[in-house]
Amino acid sequence: MPPFLCRPAASPGPARGVFVLVARAIIGCALALLSHGPAQAAGSGSPTLDAVRARGVLSCGVAGNAAGFSLPDSQGVMQGIDAEGCRAIAAAVLGDQRKVKFVPTTTENRFTALQSGEIDVLVRETTWTLGREASLGLEFGVINFYDGTGFMVKKSSGVTSAHDLDGATICVEPGTSTELAIADYFRVNNMKYTPVEIQDLQEIHNAFLSGRCDAYSTDSSALAGFRFTQGAHADDFLLLPELISKEPLGPMVRKGDDKWFDIVRWVSFAQITGEEYGVSSRNIENFTNTTNPDIRRLLGIEGNLGEALGLDNRWAFNILKQVGNTGEVWNRTMAPLGLPRGLNGLWNRGGLMFAPPLR
Amino acid sequence: MRVLRDGRGDMARRFVSPLITLFLSLLLALGAWRFFSWALWHAVWTLPPGSNTDLCRAALGHGACWAVIGEKFRFILFGFYPYAQQWRAALVILCFITLFALSLSQRFWRPSLALIWGSGLVVIAILMWGGVFGLAFVPEDQWGGLPITLLLATLGLAFAFPLAILVALARRAEGLPVIRWLAIAYVELIRGVPLISLLFMASVMLPLFLPNGWNIDKLLRAQLAFVLFAGAYLAEVVRAGLAALPRGQYEGAAALGLSYWQATRLIILPQALRHVIPMLVNTFIGFFKDTSLVLIIGIFDLMTTGRTATMEPAWQGFANEVYLLLAAIYFGFCFTMARISRRLEQRLSAPHHSIEEPA
Repeated sequence: MPPFLCRPAASPGPARGVFVLVARAIIGCALALLSHGPAQAAGSGSPTLDAVRARGVLSCGVAGNAAGFSLPDSQGVMQGIDAEGCRAIAAAVLGDQRKVKFVPTTTENRFTALQSGEIDVLVRETTWTLGREASLGLEFGVINFYDGTGFMVKKSSGVTSAHDLDGATICVEPGTSTELAIADYFRVNNMKYTPVEIQDLQEIHNAFLSGRCDAYSTDSSALAGFRFTQGAHADDFLLLPELISKEPLGPMVRKGDDKWFDIVRWVSFAQITGEEYGVSSRNIENFTNTTNPDIRRLLGIEGNLGEALGLDNRWAFNILKQVGNTGEVWNRTMAPLGLPRGLNGLWNRGGLMFAPPLR
Repeated sequence: MRVLRDGRGDMARRFVSPLITLFLSLLLALGAWRFFSWALWHAVWTLPPGSNTDLCRAALGHGACWAVIGEKFRFILFGFYPYAQQWRAALVILCFITLFALSLSQRFWRPSLALIWGSGLVVIAILMWGGVFGLAFVPEDQWGGLPITLLLATLGLAFAFPLAILVALARRAEGLPVIRWLAIAYVELIRGVPLISLLFMASVMLPLFLPNGWNIDKLLRAQLAFVLFAGAYLAEVVRAGLAALPRGQYEGAAALGLSYWQATRLIILPQALRHVIPMLVNTFIGFFKDTSLVLIIGIFDLMTTGRTATMEPAWQGFANEVYLLLAAIYFGFCFTMARISRRLEQRLSAPHHSIEEPA
């Protein structure tokens, strides 16, 4: 409670008696509220898992305004890689990918929403940094998207690599991490550039299209989205292969609930493993009689991996059947934006998506 | 006017004024011509089914793309409300419009109007939530679009107005220093901070004060912030009305032997409120538009759904069309309120002209 609300209780005067009464009522009320802490059911040992099960629906914080990550379509259904992440957790925990309550959060209230328990998990294209993990009381479960600062140029310029950009003018949004990344990159590579700083997204796009700058720089996923909006002219633009900063995005959970942390991270691993073994939502029924022990463990035909997590043994089966593996999710969400798989591919195909063994 | 009578004045009247008129008319005509050329003649009204938005992109800059409204109007109006159930949200909007229209008509200005509003709100609650009469239950987090705007504004004002009257009376209660002091503190505290910070308080700080598991719905928190905010502003308007009343009215009421509440209800408030109808409605209208600020705390009101509708890459760049639609909707409601205010003034002020200030 902010201190100014308490001050009247201490102020002397004829009204003092009333204020003392009011203050006592407020404090009493606060104490009554505080003593009614979170229900610590003996159930699974994870308060978040218990809460989700009791509620019957996963409360999942998303952005709600980022194409490819989480954005409602024309029918009001949330689409994107983050939205699918929420659905996969719901499929694993509740057995039904539809049991998700999407909570749109802003950059300002996203961490509070998680800290206060309003949401069970935050899947909101949030960059994993030391500062955030060390200071917020929250932790990142896994990386669901490897983003990074990139450059887009017009194909007609003949530029094919960021190293060709010496002396270029670059459109950039002021005050972003992109601005810092570009400054560092050009300094390290001993090149010169002229920044054109524009706040509004639409204005940046117009400036780049009209030729006011040679290159447009922001997160590579946003650049791909921009290229996509050019429709028939999309092929006139080139996303340069270099990513000059690391922006690993992933779901966050509260610290101190290790079982829930495990679930969130292994849901992602199950999807990666599914793609690795070629198990998808379309062909998963064909694997019910498989002899491959890895797939049998993954699908819960053999072993008790699901129960070890505190879930049903068919947890991964439900994820893969209802949501699909990492590749399917990618093809539904990011591929339509024209984004190359790149770092987000499987580890054995040149990407960074790697899952520890499920056994 | 006297200046115009000399020679130079005649010159100005004969030559300069017509020139200015001509110039301004031409400017206006040019603007109108360009607008209609954009909005009508070169506009793309529909896209062939299943096609992409290239047709619209080709017209970008010289023709409007009304196809974006056709594609997105259901999301803009209803947000995340389940697609198959959106007829219910449409009925809710119709209910609100009917209620406003009834309030506009003098025939319904009697106590039963309160009853009509009461039952109207019950019908609206049943339609929005469902869960009875075979309607599927739709939780608040799936509400969005115009119903949210209308609910926030209508309920906000419905609760803020009585609060404002009580606070205004309390501020003038000379004999009750504690209550008077509290009322002043409330008004000054709320007026002293921007609405945005109140919304942030409700959205970000309030959840931290409450223990885990105690979650007040985000919509309700925003609604509370609005009631508090509107209450403080309306209280000052009502206080102005009270202050404008001649002292004789209070003394006359007391002389008739009326109690404080009788005098307030029968003599003071009817006159005081009549004086400030334009200011009240001014506050109402400002407040109706202020509801669009909830976009910064992640509630999908009409403004937010409109902005989100053009974030999908395929439809990026057609925000002007959507903003025009939003402007038309906001104008419709605000203009209606202004008309209601005008009629109230005409009807209430006409027969009572003869109240005179005692010398």
